[in-house]
Amino acid sequence: VLVLSSYNNSELFTLTYGALVTQLCKDYENDEEVNKQLDKMGYNIGVRLIEDFLARSSVGRCQDFRETADVIAKVAFKMYLGITPSVTNWSPAGDEFSLILENNPLVDFVELPDNHSTLIYSNLLCGVLRGALEMVQMAVDVRFAQDTLRGDNVTEIRMKFIKRIEENLPAGDE
Amino acid sequence: MADEALFQFLHNEVIQYIYKSAEGGETENGRNITKLENMGFRVGQGLIERFTKDTARFKDELDIMKFICKDFWTCVFKKQIDNLRTNHQGIYVLQDNKFRLLSQLSAGKQYLEHAPKYLAFTCGLVRGSLSNLGVKSIVTAEVSVMPACKFQVMIQKL
Repeated sequence: VLVLSSYNNSELFTLTYGALVTQLCKDYENDEEVNKQLDKMGYNIGVRLIEDFLARSSVGRCQDFRETADVIAKVAFKMYLGITPSVTNWSPAGDEFSLILENNPLVDFVELPDNHSTLIYSNLLCGVLRGALEMVQMAVDVRFAQDTLRGDNVTEIRMKFIKRIEENLPAGDE
Repeated sequence: MADEALFQFLHNEVIQYIYKSAEGGETENGRNITKLENMGFRVGQGLIERFTKDTARFKDELDIMKFICKDFWTCVFKKQIDNLRTNHQGIYVLQDNKFRLLSQLSAGKQYLEHAPKYLAFTCGLVRGSLSNLGVKSIVTAEVSVMPACKFQVMIQKL
């Protein structure tokens, strides 16, 4: 009887993600293009992922951006990546915060080669968050402020609330 | 621990990306299938590296295939292969009656032509895993009735 060592499924996702980034680096000439593509793909995933999330998490409508932040960190990240980033660095206006990831599962065993210093390896995550929130009527800006792959101590994702998106009502509704 | 759904979404998006500029020609399609298969191959190699660190050596080829069908398939797809057949001469057919990565595709016949796109990565996954276990192979797959599919593994004697 064979017993597997402590295998967890994130390996499949992490390795596949790595293979994707490798492919993109081959297909595009510069890091900026790769970053854009990762963001776009993340967005496409996000707009679908939100449905999966809402169906499985039984989280209700968030009252404000603070609640949204907590749900993202404590429920969504936990559900999909098995980690719980901390929510910090709130702007005075309460429209911007940081997610601090002590460790980023996407970058296990990854090292950036020298000629990719401007690659935002995990940029897919920014797109996912942006796409998912758009589907719940929030336009947000998401970017990496710190990245352990680029020598920082932690990985920091900065999220800024831009505006509420009006729901499109069919003509004739009150 | 990354969620299974997350991998499925990523897998789908990878397929969309590879095929984004597809003109639908035979050559283009073949190239894209190969790209997907090669990605799967590299991932398969990486997976096995972490998988079998603590396991003892396999008895024989059949033992390896059983591992793929049970342990490997369970870890990757949360279920075992439903049926394994072999001619005991290096050809194995692995049947999955409800292949996870086909679940996103509708069951209608008109989607059958797209099924190979959703199987290519996994063919590579199997080929890459076997490769790291010291087995050289060619892996193909076919769908007859969604969402069931068969993976055919042809062991290459070195």
